[in-house]
Amino acid sequence: MPDATIAQPRRSLALPRVNTSAVVMTLYLLFLMLPIYWLVNMSLKTNSEILGGFSLWPQEPTLRNYRVILTDASWYMGYVNSLIYVCMNTVLSVVVALPAAYAFSRYRFMGDKHLFFWLLTNRMAPPAVFALPFFQLYSSVGLFDTHIAVALAHCLFNVPLAVWILEGFMRGVPKEIDETAYIDGYSFPRFFVKIFMPLIASGIGVAAFFCFMFSWVELLLSRTLTSVNAKPIAATMTRTVSASGLDWGVLAAAGVLTIVPGALVIYFVRNYIAKGFALGRV
Amino acid sequence: MDKPTNHKAWFLVLPVLVLVAFSAVIPLMTVVNYSVQDTFGNNRFFWAGLEWFEEMLRSERMWNALGRQLIFSATILAIEVPLGIFVALNMPKRGVWASVCLVLMSLPLLIPFNVVGTIWQIFGRVDIGLLGYTLDRLGINYNYTQNAVDAWITVIVMDVWHWTSLVALLCYAGLQSIPDAYYQAAKIDQASRWKVFRYIELPKMAGVLMIAVLLRFMDSFMIYTEPFVVTGGGPGNATTFLSINLVKMALGQFDLGPAAAFSIMYFLVILLISWVFYTVMTNLDRKGG
Amino acid sequence: MDWMAWTWPTAAFFATIAALLITFTVLAIRFPETPRTGILRIETTRGDRLFITLLGSAFINLAWLGLVGEHQPYALIVCLAWAAAVFRWV
Repeated sequence: MPDATIAQPRRSLALPRVNTSAVVMTLYLLFLMLPIYWLVNMSLKTNSEILGGFSLWPQEPTLRNYRVILTDASWYMGYVNSLIYVCMNTVLSVVVALPAAYAFSRYRFMGDKHLFFWLLTNRMAPPAVFALPFFQLYSSVGLFDTHIAVALAHCLFNVPLAVWILEGFMRGVPKEIDETAYIDGYSFPRFFVKIFMPLIASGIGVAAFFCFMFSWVELLLSRTLTSVNAKPIAATMTRTVSASGLDWGVLAAAGVLTIVPGALVIYFVRNYIAKGFALGRV
Repeated sequence: MDKPTNHKAWFLVLPVLVLVAFSAVIPLMTVVNYSVQDTFGNNRFFWAGLEWFEEMLRSERMWNALGRQLIFSATILAIEVPLGIFVALNMPKRGVWASVCLVLMSLPLLIPFNVVGTIWQIFGRVDIGLLGYTLDRLGINYNYTQNAVDAWITVIVMDVWHWTSLVALLCYAGLQSIPDAYYQAAKIDQASRWKVFRYIELPKMAGVLMIAVLLRFMDSFMIYTEPFVVTGGGPGNATTFLSINLVKMALGQFDLGPAAAFSIMYFLVILLISWVFYTVMTNLDRKGG
Repeated sequence: MDWMAWTWPTAAFFATIAALLITFTVLAIRFPETPRTGILRIETTRGDRLFITLLGSAFINLAWLGLVGEHQPYALIVCLAWAAAVFRWV
């Protein structure tokens, strides 16, 4: 803690010294956690309890809301659909990004910087600009309302993201390793899979995690490109609100369930969160 | 790093190129095509020239949306950056508590955007939300669905809640790279807390801070889902930012021409900011390595 | 390709951009260059300057449309001046 290492005039009061850092962090974390707690709290209440009175914790905890989601096909198919296109997109993005990131991190070639920049502009481009043409494009090729359409559309920002993150990790691997392997007679594909990929395993994990996250949280494109068969959970949630606007308990439960995938792996990626969001540049 | 020139590397980039070209270049060309034509549905188009661009440039609705967008982005930057730095300075440097803080702070970043909206939609409601209920009990008249100011406050607090941790985590990463010797030297010199921050910590954070500011600016500039879920752009048009405005036009009213013209201008601004971002990044790289 | 609603002017526009890109690629292959540092204090190559020129031209055209509103072709003269300035000093 910086405060402790720097000489500060001690207060001579007999009170125990208050650790300001701890207070600040507690307050901040409280601010972060309260809304999430409230969502969980709501998801464990019945609708009558939610609307009937105000309580800081569920008086009669119930799992009914979760049961509704897990038994009603119109709800749980939302998760299944989301998972299908998110996984397709993650695999696709990372697989095509790996060789490209290697090329960017190791070689100079015609137009490399401009390509790299162009990729960035796609990561930065607002999905709203692309929603309408995507709708027209996938309707015209007959892919509307399929998982593959959403998976391809999300490549727009996820492939650049994966390339940038992987490049950030790969530049940390010394070039001598490549050279030694080639001298030892490894071919490029064999070297890449056998030696190089294990070296940047954490980078691949982080890239896959971020592709998963960004595809998982995206609403506009996935909603625009689907109607029934591939309808994602996010769209299911927004439509329920507009339709009835009443079933808060189920809505909260659905929200809690969408947080779960991120929360499950959060511990393993905690040291890479900043790096991933900063496109591998930290 | 000195990289050898090898034009065969193009083959490694080719799959990415094809994929991104398919999902970026074709739609963009389509947008350009739409922007100069008029249509009455049924896929028949009529030449309209630059009419839509002119209309958009004169449209009050667009300038208002842009104004709101800029105020929003400026406000959240003005709150999130200082707050993020402050939090980063107070985070424990190592040990169990550092991990706990990292995990808890990452959590809002990983929540789907629409769920962030849902959380605050519920949290702010006067009848069932903790925040709304508390404010109501304190005698503050708060209603984000009807009062424009309240809607703004809700959306801004939501964004601060959602993204301040990102700024903090980036700054934290920058702080971690400062060797202990620097602090010891400052201690010997009896430097004040402010001087330590100004001359040791801030310069070391400058790089990541730049990234954080640009990232936050970009992402807030195209914010769509969260305010859409909470306020739907309302009350009235009070929280209709650029993306919400565009989606209303393109998918709500199916005004292809004006929406396309608007998209192009939007995209040009993004292109400009991306270029600044890229230039800053590469300059940092050169200084750093 | 019907849904893309091609028109001759937009096709010509993209053809021009493509031709410019190809020209600059060929130039870069035939006459390799070293990046230089201009008044923006950033290293630029011909390709970078082309990008700055095109992006700036787009904004010049929009500004002309918004502020003047007529005689759009004259905006292209401003763009040419801008291009010359960028290639000379940036």
